Amino acid sequence: MTLVLDLTLCALILAVALATVLGGGVFRAIVFFIVYGLLLSVAWVRLDAVDVALAEAAIGAGLTGVLFLSAFGKLSRIGAEAEPPAAGIRALLPAALACAGLTGALAWAWFALPVPERPAPDLATALPRAGIENPVTAVLLNFRAWDTLLESIVLLAALIGVWMLARDEDWHDRFGLPQHVRPGGVMANFGRLLPPVGVLVGVYLVYVGADRPGGAFQGGTVLAAVGLVAALAGLLRPPRVTQIVWRMGLVAGPLVFLIAGIVGAILGAGFLTLPEPIAGSAIFVIEIALVASIAVTLAFLVIGPPEQGHRE
Amino acid sequence: MNDLATYAFTSIGLFFFVAGSVGFLRFPDVFSRLHALTKADNLGLGFIALGIAFQAESWRLVALLFLIWGLMLLAAGTMSQLIARDALRERDGR
Amino acid sequence: MTWLTCVAVGVLASLSAALLRVWHGPGRADRMMGAQLAGTSGVAVLVVLAPLEGWAALDVALILALFGALAAVGFVKAVSADGGGDPEEDEDLAATPSANGVSSE
Repeated sequence: MTLVLDLTLCALILAVALATVLGGGVFRAIVFFIVYGLLLSVAWVRLDAVDVALAEAAIGAGLTGVLFLSAFGKLSRIGAEAEPPAAGIRALLPAALACAGLTGALAWAWFALPVPERPAPDLATALPRAGIENPVTAVLLNFRAWDTLLESIVLLAALIGVWMLARDEDWHDRFGLPQHVRPGGVMANFGRLLPPVGVLVGVYLVYVGADRPGGAFQGGTVLAAVGLVAALAGLLRPPRVTQIVWRMGLVAGPLVFLIAGIVGAILGAGFLTLPEPIAGSAIFVIEIALVASIAVTLAFLVIGPPEQGHRE
Repeated sequence: MNDLATYAFTSIGLFFFVAGSVGFLRFPDVFSRLHALTKADNLGLGFIALGIAFQAESWRLVALLFLIWGLMLLAAGTMSQLIARDALRERDGR
Repeated sequence: MTWLTCVAVGVLASLSAALLRVWHGPGRADRMMGAQLAGTSGVAVLVVLAPLEGWAALDVALILALFGALAAVGFVKAVSADGGGDPEEDEDLAATPSANGVSSE
């Protein structure tokens, strides 16, 4: 029966992916993409990768849907939502061949890999020295700290890229479009009810990340989506680029991470290697700073650059 | 005994999910489809959560199950109000 | 319990039928409702699988439930006149055409 479940899930994911790519219409593609994200998070749970499922749920259900829908709204308002003329089979063939080739290469790589031992023997011997129980968090923040540090810098670079789209005269305005709702209406009440629960869930995910699935990235994404809800409901006005507190929030994660790395080098363990006695507390401090940076960066990425008319 | 309750309640829940999907496909307009979606599906989710609660190992999990259901009810209520008003506007050409 | 796997398959099957509505539409609202139905079904599948896969699956369901309406909120915002409105507020404005001063609060 488990096989039937997996086959149903795979078939559904493939069908929804095909519908996203092949179905005409921007709006239809966006809705199918949202459904795709939901199904993927179920699939990650089936693959026993709950950490990834948590991130996929918060990003797929929370952030990318809103991002794409607001892009669709913007296209409609400037009258550009019309479909480009349908591409013929000749134009589609190279793309289809390239995708098939990539899928084939991935499948070959998958079958060529040895079946891994779980948990990996190196990880199992190293884990007691990591200062944290959840193996995923231990790998992310200690054993492969380089990757995570550079990822947090990539997020920051992406945000700077988005800000570069702002026009000079808008630079001192607030982020995104001005949001307004009926006072006391459905949307205003939703924006008032959800954030307290959402903040609790975000903090909970960071907290349990020490020994169970969860952690800085998952918690930060949830907090970003909560901020987005409050902003869309008009309860929280987005800040401005020029506000120094928010800029400090953006760099806090990478900065604290770098300082911890340098401290590791001074104590003789090597750059970005956390010495065992301080690993637990260092990871705790890094996580708090990373949560703040990830939450602020992702929320600003979705809200978008400063826009005209958002002055008050 | 607990297993029997799980069988019974999850079956009822599954029935409501199927009913919701049939209504969503067969009902004639947006507004009646909204009923199928928000009422049948969330009732189904409630029964499924109730059935699974009989398998829970602690009261924390039972509370979590019903928090999930409550949040989904809030989401469905909000979503149906907003979508219905947007559909009204689309229908009236405003 | 094999039964729970059967329930999960049943919910997924009913979801896949409902996706026909997302494909055919006809209105934008119909498609958006399909996404909502997928959200409810996804939460149900995760809840059903939790006793089999480990209770951490409930944390994923919790996040999906928390943001169950976010896509719909983003949708009505995006299709409002200036991209930051609310269909309820638009109704108020339509009812009183003289009140055209849209406050940003």
